Amino acid sequence: MTANLTTILSSKTKQVEIYRSRPTVMIGERINPTGRKKVLAALQAGDFDIVRQDAISQVAAGAVVLDVNAGVPGADEPALLKKLMQMVMEVTDVPLCIDTADPEALAAALSVYEGKPLVNSVNGEERALSAVLPLVKEYGAAVIALCMDDDGIPETPEKRLAVAGKIIERAGKLGIPPEDVVVDPLALTMGAESNAGRIALETTALVVKEFGVNVTMGASNISFGLPDRKYINSTFIAMAIHAGLTCPITNPMVSEVMLAVLAADLAMGRDEYAMNWIKAYRARNKK
Amino acid sequence: MSEILSELATAVIEGNSDDAIDLTEDALDDGLEPQNILDNGLMPGMDHVGVEFRAGNMFVPEVLRSARAMQSAMDVLKPLLVEGGVEMAGKILLGTVKGDMHDIGKNLVGMMCEGAGFEVKDMGKNIAPEDFVTAVKEFNPDIVGMSALLTTTMRSMGHTIKALQEAGLRDQVKVMIGGAPVTQSFADKIGADGYASNAASAVDLAKQFAGV
Repeated sequence: MTANLTTILSSKTKQVEIYRSRPTVMIGERINPTGRKKVLAALQAGDFDIVRQDAISQVAAGAVVLDVNAGVPGADEPALLKKLMQMVMEVTDVPLCIDTADPEALAAALSVYEGKPLVNSVNGEERALSAVLPLVKEYGAAVIALCMDDDGIPETPEKRLAVAGKIIERAGKLGIPPEDVVVDPLALTMGAESNAGRIALETTALVVKEFGVNVTMGASNISFGLPDRKYINSTFIAMAIHAGLTCPITNPMVSEVMLAVLAADLAMGRDEYAMNWIKAYRARNKK
Repeated sequence: MSEILSELATAVIEGNSDDAIDLTEDALDDGLEPQNILDNGLMPGMDHVGVEFRAGNMFVPEVLRSARAMQSAMDVLKPLLVEGGVEMAGKILLGTVKGDMHDIGKNLVGMMCEGAGFEVKDMGKNIAPEDFVTAVKEFNPDIVGMSALLTTTMRSMGHTIKALQEAGLRDQVKVMIGGAPVTQSFADKIGADGYASNAASAVDLAKQFAGV
């Protein structure tokens, strides 16, 4: 097994280290208008209170990094992304994960960020590699690598591993070290493809064994179209942590998911004297 | 309705492909018309699935199974329907727009529209405006359906409508759109003819467009 690498992210005042023997790093997913019509409507109306509130409440719930996505149709994405990031940086001090598919918006966001952000994301498509990786290098950021390329999303863990390897190699050629590449094995929807969960878990294990890199996942997609999603999500996230997931992008305000992460950390020996588990218990039962 | 057709409807509802094929063949052996089997066996089954799905009583995997059962039966019936010169409800061209790889909702729409008697051509995902234009020319659909899950890709729906306009094809098709970030007001803004918030509503919308 390759040594576990450490990914360092930072804000102006705070540093977060991601590695496999420490508690799971929760990346808060909620500052994102995709699939959240309320947020979309608020941003379109120029109402940013919901963004500030989402930032504060996610950090209070245990998010250590916040994802920021400004994908509002028709909006000037570079300007809006910068604005949202500045707003989040005013009310919290956690490092940010810059979430955009637009290289121009990414460049704008990186130019105003103080610290070392996580870029969400690059994939194995030639166009994405050549647009995103140079920016990641220029600004000394870390980057999420999605296991898909010009041929789409591979169906087997081995092929996804190969895509991850290709991205790590391309990053390396530009001088981006492997510890700054965080792999996303892609957790697809189990309700449409029964093996989607297993493939994501096996890919995670392979990627960890081969490269020792950190692993992220959007871990809510998995349960789309099914009832009682939070129980699926929480069980899956615990299994993924065992497989090697270190920094999921998820909603820390769903207590079932948060509890599953804390329990998984405890089971993996990453919560000494169960201090985090007990602290969270007290916080829940306060007042 | 005969016993066998109601059993066929049940096979579709339960997503049992083997039963759906067997019952369709049995019904044909009994001398039932293909159109009768479609209208009074398969379609009521799929209608029921649509209603239950919308009500939150059935879930995506079940709908996918039902649609698969429906398709298995249609594989048996379709050649006979075509042979008999039966008219389909209309032709629908479907695709997830450029830059977007999400296709579960779009697939559901496709299968449920087939279940409602439409001829559906599904182009898949990540479909560029110019590819929609080419496909409209080739397939000559009555309805074009577009799907997007991302706020960043939904604008491609507008680009596709514009491309259809520029190619002089806009007036010969109805355009319907859907996907998580899509709203009625977005549909109005980009000049789509309709928006559906789920697969069952998309079928209703398509039927409305087709006048069936």
